[in-house]
Amino acid sequence: MRHLLDFSGWERAEVEALFQTARAMKEVLARPIKQVPALKGRTVATVFFEPSTRTRISFELAAKRLGADVVSFSAQSSSLKKGESLKDTVLTLAAYGVDAFVVRADAAGVPHQVSRWVEAAVINAGDGWRAHPTQALLDAFTLTEALGELEGKKIAIVGDILHSRVARSNAELLGILGARVWLAGPPPLLPRRGGFFGARVSADLEEALSDADAVMVLRIQKERIPGGLLASEADYRAGYQITEERLSLAKPEAPVLHPGPMNRDVELEGPLADGPRSLVLAQVENGQAVRMAVLYHLLLGRAA
Amino acid sequence: MSLLIKGARLWDASGEHGTADVLVADGRIASLEGGEAERVIEARGRYLLPGFLDLHAHLRTPGEEQKESLETGLRAAAAGGFVEVVMMPNTRPPLDLPEAVSGVLRQAARVRGARARAAAALTKGQEGKELAELRLLAEAGAVLFTDDGRTHEDAGVLAAGLRYAAALGRPVAVHAEDAGLRGDGVAHECALTEALGLPGNPAEAESARVARDLELLRMTGGHLHFQHLSTKSAVRLVAEAKRRGRRVTAEVTPHHLTLTVDALKTLDPLFKVAPPLREEADREALIEALAEGVVDAVATDHAPHTQAEKEADFLRAPFGIPSLEIAFPLLFTELVEKRGFPLARLVAAMTDGPRAVIGEGPRRLVPGAPADLVLVDPRERRPVDPSRFFSKAKYSPWAGWELLGWPVLTLVGGEVVFDRLG
Repeated sequence: MRHLLDFSGWERAEVEALFQTARAMKEVLARPIKQVPALKGRTVATVFFEPSTRTRISFELAAKRLGADVVSFSAQSSSLKKGESLKDTVLTLAAYGVDAFVVRADAAGVPHQVSRWVEAAVINAGDGWRAHPTQALLDAFTLTEALGELEGKKIAIVGDILHSRVARSNAELLGILGARVWLAGPPPLLPRRGGFFGARVSADLEEALSDADAVMVLRIQKERIPGGLLASEADYRAGYQITEERLSLAKPEAPVLHPGPMNRDVELEGPLADGPRSLVLAQVENGQAVRMAVLYHLLLGRAA
Repeated sequence: MSLLIKGARLWDASGEHGTADVLVADGRIASLEGGEAERVIEARGRYLLPGFLDLHAHLRTPGEEQKESLETGLRAAAAGGFVEVVMMPNTRPPLDLPEAVSGVLRQAARVRGARARAAAALTKGQEGKELAELRLLAEAGAVLFTDDGRTHEDAGVLAAGLRYAAALGRPVAVHAEDAGLRGDGVAHECALTEALGLPGNPAEAESARVARDLELLRMTGGHLHFQHLSTKSAVRLVAEAKRRGRRVTAEVTPHHLTLTVDALKTLDPLFKVAPPLREEADREALIEALAEGVVDAVATDHAPHTQAEKEADFLRAPFGIPSLEIAFPLLFTELVEKRGFPLARLVAAMTDGPRAVIGEGPRRLVPGAPADLVLVDPRERRPVDPSRFFSKAKYSPWAGWELLGWPVLTLVGGEVVFDRLG
């Protein structure tokens, strides 16, 4: 792979190879000295046109633990509008000799655009509603640890599907891994033209949760949902909050995932977030290992 | 200067008329049987057509000359075989005052290129709230009224505009889109763009608005012109209205006739346009509607922006595709050559069709007719090279496409305004 933009053209074997590297990275992270010099002398730039503390920290730590130098740039796309352009920003950083760009933006396709402008590797750290591939990789990695092979497993993703890059990337990746993906949420927040990447779309939460092997809960933030499509958090809770009772429709022990940051007691009943079925902290830990694996594959795969 | 164009095949909206030696003198076709001329052009194997009229071009003047100027826009038009261009009024400020219209027309008349015609705003500031001075604007030279670029959310204002424009003998041209259904959509709403995470603009935003506007037309009378139709259901509604005898006309763009939403897979804002590129079934329906005359005209909606603007992200990059210089070769190649679309029908859609929309009569290649002509080469195959455009927009969704039918000579009133014969 040259870039990690989304999963179009990916095959299962590539995902599995990446997971194998991620397992090795987890071993590194378990050591007292959590660093290897694999990427010493390489430079990774995190370029965030949309704020995100968690993803940035995860990437920067991942790069540093592999010995890379890290520079970071952040600006709101809106403030770029007047003066310097997106392209100018990226070309300026490229001129410093950056080897990998980690790009986050509020518009779909920005990492794809960047990949056309620079020679360096480009990693999509979330672009609008389009994709968040490292989140999907860490989710699938975490699911594999919990469930084994994902072939044939039913994974329910619940929340604001329409505006979610996490839902899109997970549907895309889990589809490649052979899982059966269900997307559920209030009708105004569901895809309107049949859905994507072969996932089933349903407004019926019970149907989506029924016999699920795992449940992935998306963050609901009323203020960030455009167009008045969500009346209130209370209205959402009434229909779609994942509660102990609703979770009983899924397979016993079916784990619960959440990409964070969580709105406790909105999309997910508080106690479930900390309960034994929650994989939330495992996701965070695995996120670092998976991002190390991605950087490793992209930067050393190229040199080879 | 007199000019003799020898041996070209003559085509106009009514069909092919064999080969002739066309003598041009004093701004008119003087003869089809040769004669003495200061310049003689060997044109065997080439087609001589009436020059094209574009009902819909954004020449960005006044106010946004960084995107296009009258000079670059009208020269680009001439290079595309256009002899007349209707300039859209969504400039900065919008062309909603008579002196602004006459001023820009005066300025344009100094350019050696296509002839400029002006469209004026239907409402003050194109805000859709109060009618502009339609009578004075018509007297200043406006050939049609439009708030293009904006949508008419207030149907009452549009109805009043249709009534007033009817009395002035001018059409009202509308960008038919329901702003609520469109929302923040930047791409045709379909399974593909949902997977791509692009906010969708459904086909129904157009068809629902076309349906409403046709109801208004039924109520008010007058002449309603639909700009850049893009959907199968909208052309079906227009066909129905035409059958009922309504005074309705419509245009389609080169991009909706040759590209589909599939182009958005690259997530390149080069393909971001309003209304958006639709599905193959829509494209087929538009081609059929053009063939059958349900759609009257090809109009470019030439919408240049700076390179930097089109390199912004997909949400922020402006809508628009420039195509003045390649509209004819593109459609000649993609429709006539590849699909057997009748050339006479394409010529009609770029000459008599749009002329009729603004109340002008047909153009025939006969002695006495104005020498507004274009000579095209139906055989030379050449890739689209945006770096050679006259337009300031030196990019194109069709860059690299191998096209036939390039204009080699354009005459406006007998004057050479584009010459690639060397």
